[in-house]
Amino acid sequence: MQALELAQITLDYGRRRVLYDLSLQVTTGQVVVVTGSNGSGKSTLLRVIAGLQRPTAGAVWCIAAGVRYAPAQMRHAIGWMAPDLMLYRELSGHENLRFFADVRGITITDAAIADLLAEVGLAGRGGDLLATYSSGMTHRLRYAYALLHQPALLLLDEPSVMLDTTGHELLARVVARQRQHGMTIIATNDERERRFADVLVSLEVAI
Amino acid sequence: MIDPQIWRATRAIFVREWRSELRNRQALNAVALFAICSVVTVSLGLGPLMRSTDVALVHAAFLWIVLLFAAFTALSRVFVVEEEQRTAAALRLAAPPIAVYLGKLCFNLVLLLGLTILVTVLAIVLLNIRVGAYDLLIGMLLSGSLALVAGTTLVAAIIARSSSRGALFAVLSLPILIPMLVTAVRGTALAFAGVSWERGMAPIQTLLAYAVAMFVASLFLFATVWE
Repeated sequence: MQALELAQITLDYGRRRVLYDLSLQVTTGQVVVVTGSNGSGKSTLLRVIAGLQRPTAGAVWCIAAGVRYAPAQMRHAIGWMAPDLMLYRELSGHENLRFFADVRGITITDAAIADLLAEVGLAGRGGDLLATYSSGMTHRLRYAYALLHQPALLLLDEPSVMLDTTGHELLARVVARQRQHGMTIIATNDERERRFADVLVSLEVAI
Repeated sequence: MIDPQIWRATRAIFVREWRSELRNRQALNAVALFAICSVVTVSLGLGPLMRSTDVALVHAAFLWIVLLFAAFTALSRVFVVEEEQRTAAALRLAAPPIAVYLGKLCFNLVLLLGLTILVTVLAIVLLNIRVGAYDLLIGMLLSGSLALVAGTTLVAAIIARSSSRGALFAVLSLPILIPMLVTAVRGTALAFAGVSWERGMAPIQTLLAYAVAMFVASLFLFATVWE
């Protein structure tokens, strides 16, 4: 995927307007940071971009080799993590990643999964059931889920919530690496994460 | 020709369903307890039915009612659990919709076949059912289970995001399932009565045709329902 285009996105929840006429273009190497108070639609915007939610009006296009695709057709190129992203509690961290690699059609060795777990700070804990993870560890596993297939578009919703200080270092590493081959969109209210922005989008709560 | 990637994803989903089920045993326990309680209660309350001229039909109806309600208990869980535990979004983003449908259909089919064996054996032993044609009975149970699973798996996906799932599952499933249930009951009664394969084949063919029709319709509709 070379670019992402949002064309006049509007989204209503019943009578309440969450997003209004939002247009945006992102290209490879760019990082977009979306800020806004609670309820301003940051997470909703990322779900719309991921194709998990349909906008009331407007369209999202993923552009690859000059051809426009809907997000649902480009899911292999999208990595999404959010505090409300849940993985399988009955499986271990390693089993979760193996499962999602298999359903995505990725060929990956157990050693590579262990390396990915180590990269997100879960070295030696891959065999533990997700049900036994702390909230911070679960959030780190979400990073691994999003990075597993080396997506061209990385969507990070509240990426450092629940993480300790090393979590911020993890985020910085992930963003730096993603810049080299793809796009990143971060939804956050954390002032420290604004520094990653090439483009800053500020959403306001609709009255 | 189906993409090998679809098979790989289907297999992964099927294995994941069983791994999760064997670790928390929610569906297995609920279904097994319901089936055992139903058969035991009826056997204790009624005892062996010997005098009625319609005994084969009564036994067949009882067998399929137990299977139907056990199916209502278990078969919708494959999608409901994804929504309740909020894992559906992760799966939607990662897996091809067709693989999600096929993986969960296969899980439901194996679960229902296991349940069918359990209920049938219990019913034969406790209700002292005389089976005239075992081969025909096996054919009826296999084709009936296939039809029941094909008819309910798509409905399970439809109701998973609603708030009153249990009632909605029954309401939406019944009109779809009634034709196949009537056929399954009559066919199973024929197997109990011990008719020949020639007479018993018609309901099996009807059930298989129903299963194929529901399966093909589900393949076309599932992506819209799931996404």
